[in-house]
Amino acid sequence: MTALLSLIRRDIRIALRVGGGALIGVLFFLTVVVLMPFAIGPDLNLLARLGPAILWLGALLASLLTLDRLFMADHDDGSLDLILMSRTPLEFTCAAKALAHWLAAGVPLVVATPVLGLLLNLDASATSAVALTLLVGTPALTFTGMIGAALAVTLQRGGLLLAVLVLPLSIPVLIFGVAASNAAIVEQGTMSFSTPFSILCAISLASLVIGPFAAAASLRHGMD
Amino acid sequence: MTLTELANPTRFLSLATRILPWLAMLTGLLLVIGLYQAALAPDDYQQGATVKIMFIHVPNAWLAMFVWGVMSVASLGTLVWRHPLADVAAKAAAPIGAAFTFLALVTGSLWGRPMWGTYWEWDARLTSVLILFLMYLGLIALWRAVEDPSRAARAAAVLTLVGAINIPIIKFSVDWWNTLHQPASVIRMGGSALDKSFLYPLLIMAVAFSLLFVTLHLAAMRNEILRRRLRSLQMLQASKPVALP
Repeated sequence: MTALLSLIRRDIRIALRVGGGALIGVLFFLTVVVLMPFAIGPDLNLLARLGPAILWLGALLASLLTLDRLFMADHDDGSLDLILMSRTPLEFTCAAKALAHWLAAGVPLVVATPVLGLLLNLDASATSAVALTLLVGTPALTFTGMIGAALAVTLQRGGLLLAVLVLPLSIPVLIFGVAASNAAIVEQGTMSFSTPFSILCAISLASLVIGPFAAAASLRHGMD
Repeated sequence: MTLTELANPTRFLSLATRILPWLAMLTGLLLVIGLYQAALAPDDYQQGATVKIMFIHVPNAWLAMFVWGVMSVASLGTLVWRHPLADVAAKAAAPIGAAFTFLALVTGSLWGRPMWGTYWEWDARLTSVLILFLMYLGLIALWRAVEDPSRAARAAAVLTLVGAINIPIIKFSVDWWNTLHQPASVIRMGGSALDKSFLYPLLIMAVAFSLLFVTLHLAAMRNEILRRRLRSLQMLQASKPVALP
């Protein structure tokens, strides 16, 4: 347990310091959201209607951007080999690394959402709905993305491949995340918020289980 | 002849070479019978002649899911039992499965244009099959990204098993989300909803397409084994010391 805690603390510290790149994700998120009004025009009503989708897409792309840091840095300096040889079960280690990655790169995206919601003319209830769905949905993005990151690190040059492998797996998260956020915007009674939101929670919980096992399996079989 | 005996590639090759012509002939025969029966099938009272797209579309869609199932079993073979031919089977199946999925999407959209008035609709069944197609392509990209086949095999096996989650989603998408695509009508509780004049040609076509897959898969596996032998021969040749004059 202490090993896992110290691993989490180490990963967060590395991610937040110079060269860590966790906060680059937030900067990328901001840039994507700022690009959207240039592409679709500064019509505030349209932006308010598309807002949740834009925020979700931005968060998805931003989390994808930082994913390859999850194992690649450790692979480059050799600490991944030490992690693989340690007595702690690899599944737990993977889960701890993903948790640390989510705390360092996923939570800042959620925190940035209210500010970006202002730019997209979302009112308070819509912004909080998007932030809530992102808070519940980004762990699923990190934990399913970890599978792709583990595959990519065993293949040396997996950069572009990572996006191709991970994006299809993250489509369900996107569908239910946006559905829940939109339900909160549309007048009450036409669409329910709780149904897609519960499915989103279920996807996140399922990915918490599947992600570490699949990532550990691919690391174990791939690094030899 | 058990699965373990087939692990010897040479034995597998000789067996495959012996049964491939028969399989191909049987497939061709069934395809001809199935297409003839499909042509004889009456027009639908609502859809007219376009209903005949079904005889191509439905077997393709079934095979698209079935091939991922075959690849999942083969991936278990790679990861759990270390069967030497499992990764050959998984690799050979991926492009065939991608082709079936592509054909299912194309025939479906050609059928959708006259019937639904649109080539494409973001319906649950259509979307999940499109995701399946993207995953097939991702898997092929993964196979092509690594030179060492055994290393690529294990990475691809993990991805195949994770992607297998999509198969039940495709199957039950029409029941869970009640959208444009019709729910299951051939295999369902209380007997098939299809009339016999449609059902029998469809079943013949389904068997013919399954045999087509088996034939293509065996041939592709044979080619893959030969390709790997060629590769190891080339490596051997390249590593030989050159006699200096």
